[in-house]
Amino acid sequence: MRRRKTVVAGMALALSAAFLLVAPFLFKPYGIFILSTWAVMTIAAIGLNLTLGYAGQVSLAQAAFVGIGAYITALLTTKGWPFWPACALAGVACFVTGWALGYPALRLQHHYLAFVTLAFNTLVYLVFRNEEWLTGGIYGISNVPRPSLAGWSMNGAHAFYYFCLAALALVSLATWCLIRSPWGRAFVALRENPMRALSLGVDTRRYTLMAFALGAGLGGISGALYAPLVQFIDPTPFALGLSLNLLLMVVVGGSGYFFGPFLGAIVAVLLPEWLRFAQGYYLMGYAMLVIVLMVFCPTGLLGLADRLVTPAAKAVPAAAREVAA
Amino acid sequence: MLADILQLFVAGLATGGIYALAAIGFTLLWQTSQTINFAQGEFVMLPAFFVLIGMGFFGLPFWAAVLVGVAVSILTLGLMFKKLMVDPMLHHGVLPLVIATIGLAILMKETVREFYGADAWPFPPLAAATNVTVFGAAFAVQSLVVLGISIAAVAALQLFLNKTRTGRCMQATAQNPTVARLLGVPVERMILYTFLINAALVALASLLITPIYLAKFTNGELLGLYAFIAAIIGGFNQVRGAIVGGLLLGVLDNFTAVYISTQYRLVVPLLFLIVIILFRPQGLLGRVEERTV
Repeated sequence: MRRRKTVVAGMALALSAAFLLVAPFLFKPYGIFILSTWAVMTIAAIGLNLTLGYAGQVSLAQAAFVGIGAYITALLTTKGWPFWPACALAGVACFVTGWALGYPALRLQHHYLAFVTLAFNTLVYLVFRNEEWLTGGIYGISNVPRPSLAGWSMNGAHAFYYFCLAALALVSLATWCLIRSPWGRAFVALRENPMRALSLGVDTRRYTLMAFALGAGLGGISGALYAPLVQFIDPTPFALGLSLNLLLMVVVGGSGYFFGPFLGAIVAVLLPEWLRFAQGYYLMGYAMLVIVLMVFCPTGLLGLADRLVTPAAKAVPAAAREVAA
Repeated sequence: MLADILQLFVAGLATGGIYALAAIGFTLLWQTSQTINFAQGEFVMLPAFFVLIGMGFFGLPFWAAVLVGVAVSILTLGLMFKKLMVDPMLHHGVLPLVIATIGLAILMKETVREFYGADAWPFPPLAAATNVTVFGAAFAVQSLVVLGISIAAVAALQLFLNKTRTGRCMQATAQNPTVARLLGVPVERMILYTFLINAALVALASLLITPIYLAKFTNGELLGLYAFIAAIIGGFNQVRGAIVGGLLLGVLDNFTAVYISTQYRLVVPLLFLIVIILFRPQGLLGRVEERTV
């Protein structure tokens, strides 16, 4: 049973990777832009999946971290900084902010982090909008330069797409290693049974905080890529709506599944574009789909796939989860 | 000066009363079924459009349209929301339901935009737009009416919850469903009642706030946030808390807008929220929830 699953998963993975590599030759520039957005949003969703799927904490501030990352990168690169230190700073700044925000909030029960992060996201949005001397207010920051890699300019849509894809691959690899490490095991233990984890000697608070801060850091890196992707940033994309959307990506894809965010981001980023032929109805259709999916399959798309491939999975959900982790 | 402050205070209480109505519904759903309704703001936005449809499309007079609108709200936002969305998901934990209500919020917003456009529609007020002057301060009659109706609604709800058998059964369900069931309380029906009451409360809030804000598809965004903040400030598990939270928030919001900054008016409630969560997480009037192993 387990082997069949590995084969199916492996084939799906190989096919998707092949598709992503040839995709730029199949689409118009707008399509490539959307695919790049998908890669960038997936990074943010992977971060949130660490917080939510593995450590079991609901964060509604991921958009704020994406925003902080994007603004840091945009501000520094337009002042002549190279991309790399700006990107690193964005990641570190978000990690530290996440730590500082989570430290007091995580003393409390789980749903309070959701409330604190919700407030934090709106506060950060207001700062972006109102502190014109720094962020340009509603006029935003334009002409964000794209990075170059060892003398290669990433200006073209194709080049930047592959750049985003490479970043996504790197982040995925790092997360994969993290989840397989004792740290990752501790994260899962926290989600499954925090009391038990505590009694087994896991420092629950520190690990939860770590998962949240790491998720925030990945949000920052996603933002650092987002700024040069769109080349113009204003406060609007980083409002609470994006945080809810990222949460939706993680849960719709399958929270706690490694590939959940990838699928969820397809649903949240690509699907609305494909449904665009329906004009005004597309968001309605999209919302209906999310509701129906949650009603009939609350474990998300990968949970559904899990159930289809291994019909007995219902009896051993914990084992299935471990395979996915 | 004093007159200004008094004026702002009463106007703040009036909007605060509306926030309280939405916040009470929010806490009721949480208490009885652990439903965090992220569409609560849209729940307040929609009933006004039911009334507009009744008046515009079916040509009903205002008061008939209001009755129909409230009835339709209770049917859709209460009964259908409970039966079609919450029931199938109740056993899957809080999160899928949270996501589904986020989806529902998008659906409601987009549907209204599709059929009513992005314009703000005028909505008939429940009272004439005149002022009365008391001690040199001019109060809008509308504010006073809004405040009066919210207070009456909250008082009626409190009486119902504390003095009637059904109300007490609902409280028992909120406090401990298992024990309530053992004692013969029809828990399922009590949960349904809270959903119907929530629908009635948001319909009332909608009728009160829409004449001030005009009917627009985005109305729910801010209202939802305020209901949410009011519920947490007051105490997520207390009806009384939601009232205090709502009124406090309305007053605070008005004074911030006038005396501090309109741009940052949302910051004060948000900071207040964070401070409350950090230092008194159960809310001003809430009781501590026990941890289960």
